[in-house]
Amino acid sequence: MAHSQSGGPAILVEGLVKSFGEVRALRGIDLSVPRGTVLGVLGPNGAGKTTAVRILTTLLRPDGGRALVEGRDVVREAAAVRRSIGLAGQSAAIQLELTGRENLEIIGRLYHLSWPRARSRAIELLRQFELTDAADRAAKNFSGGMQRRLDLAASLVGQPKVLFLDEPTTGLDPRSRLAMWDTIRSLVAGGTTLLLTTQYMDEADELADQIVVIDHGEVIAAGTAEELKGRVGGDIVEFTVPDRARVGDAVAAIATIGEGEPHADAETGVVSVGVGGQGSDALIEVVRGLDKADVQTHGLTLRRPSLDDVFLALTGHAAEEEEADQPAGRRGRRKAKSKAADKETARTAS
Amino acid sequence: MTAIAVTDSSEPGLLTRAHWAVTDTLTITRRNLLVWLRVPAYIMFTVIQPVMFVLLFRYVFGGAIRVPDKGGYVNFLMPGIIAQTAAFATFGTAIALAQELQKGVIDRLRSMPMARSAVLAGRLVADTGRMLITTLIVIGVGYAVGFRFENGIVAAVAMVVLATVFGLAVCCISAYTGLAIGDEESVQAFGMVWLFPITFLSSAFVPIQSMPGWLQAFARNQPVTYVIDAMRALAGGGPVWPSLWKSIVWLAGILIVFAPLAVRAYKRAS
Ligand SMILES: Nc1ncnc2c1ncn2[C@@H]1O[C@H](COP(=O)(O)OP(=O)(O)OP(=O)(O)O)[C@@H](O)[C@H]1O
Ligand SMILES: [Mg+2]
Repeated sequence: MAHSQSGGPAILVEGLVKSFGEVRALRGIDLSVPRGTVLGVLGPNGAGKTTAVRILTTLLRPDGGRALVEGRDVVREAAAVRRSIGLAGQSAAIQLELTGRENLEIIGRLYHLSWPRARSRAIELLRQFELTDAADRAAKNFSGGMQRRLDLAASLVGQPKVLFLDEPTTGLDPRSRLAMWDTIRSLVAGGTTLLLTTQYMDEADELADQIVVIDHGEVIAAGTAEELKGRVGGDIVEFTVPDRARVGDAVAAIATIGEGEPHADAETGVVSVGVGGQGSDALIEVVRGLDKADVQTHGLTLRRPSLDDVFLALTGHAAEEEEADQPAGRRGRRKAKSKAADKETARTAS
Repeated sequence: MTAIAVTDSSEPGLLTRAHWAVTDTLTITRRNLLVWLRVPAYIMFTVIQPVMFVLLFRYVFGGAIRVPDKGGYVNFLMPGIIAQTAAFATFGTAIALAQELQKGVIDRLRSMPMARSAVLAGRLVADTGRMLITTLIVIGVGYAVGFRFENGIVAAVAMVVLATVFGLAVCCISAYTGLAIGDEESVQAFGMVWLFPITFLSSAFVPIQSMPGWLQAFARNQPVTYVIDAMRALAGGGPVWPSLWKSIVWLAGILIVFAPLAVRAYKRAS
């Protein structure tokens, strides 16, 4: 076993496989994250993001393949791996009845810091995460964003070399989301290696050096945000045709515009087309084409590509489509989330 | 922020690890007791409810229930109430573990370089300690309404010890169910299904002779009855040994089976 402690990547994953009964959560994932960089793992509900994070953080044993963190095997050298990682899971794992300070002090003690050191570390982190004013209030009285920050602070008590954040902004309002992005950026500036999962293209775009897109437990694309968006065809013009019978006419009317084939959803009447960097010129052409064909539309917009668009381009289907086997609740949540993400994209774009 | 990493990649020695197992357990114990103090509802369940039970049974049912014991119904009742209180306190054990599992607290702790045994051990220590406090309060209230230890101080202490070991054993069962089921509401519902029958279908509140025959068969031969009968004998006098050895065998059996099961459920928790 060559443990190149200093040279190798911070995270190395080869052919990782994990099943839960019938469900094949991971079907052979490969990842390599160089030290001091950020990997964004992008995927819809049930893609296997959390499963991958739980294996890398020693919480779950893989069925096959191997995973090294800082050169240590997550199964055979789990104890060593635990000494170099920090984890903030998908829900805020804090003790709501205790204060912010108590939460961090207890984690510090469990990292075997002395009492004075645990106390000063808690104070440092409360300051870093702008929780000093709330330090002695019970965490249950914190806002969602503050709870998330406290959770993130808790994951940093042990000064991890490699940090895992599982959907760190899911459920946050747009403002807290932007604040969380700032916080994460400043962490990374300190040299920590970060693996972050997300369902939002714009989040991966903002924070990650490299992105892997996973779907049904497989890596379906990898690259920088720019490379991935290049595959979508840049910006997107989208509109809805209220008269479903005329969706076909609308597609025909704009077929020559933009870079790829227009995508149409016959059920919802939503039509979208990638227009590359042509932006508003393409928008005008679309309006002209539709006008000439006399197709009524509403909600015509020009926007940046979202995860759904990347999915559409990579797999030919929308992220939520193939999840017909998932309970309705999960699909509903996913849709709501991607809408929020689109809104956010529109905001940052303007 | 200091640049010195607190994490170290060298493997700690056996002695250090043993030391951490103790300090981590104490840290978790302290955390659990702090949480308990912060939630008024928990204090309500662990202190006020058992006291209410003492008063209700003593004054409402006490007149109707005839017992052979010296000192009347209140002396009969107290060991029963103490055992029932100890058993019911473990609802909290199961629910707290299920909540921690659901919220990801256990995931976080399992991803840290702390002692693997500490989360469960700390939970058991805190909950057993809490139980002991409740027991002492209940005995105090019992004294105010006429209960007396008739068998000397040593036997009285032995009764409290037996009650505590009984509570610990039930705590292990509850910890296992909490971790294995993992969903707060299901855990609570399941707790009702086994904790109510096992405590009420025993000699806790009424003499078994007053039950219908088919119930007597169950009530007479189940561990809660053995424990309560042994506690009664320790508190009020009479033959201790026949019920005590059965209690010890049962409690040892429960601990041997359920402590490892709970540990396994914790390690596998997902
Ligand atoms: N403990 C488990 N038992 C059974 N099935 C599981 C378990 N954990 C995950 N799964 C299944 O494995 C698949 C991948 O789940 P995973 O939680 O890794 O997805 P995810 O990408 O994190 O999704 P989300 O965005 O909803 O968090 C899903 O189909 C899920 O239902
Ligand atoms: Mg997940």
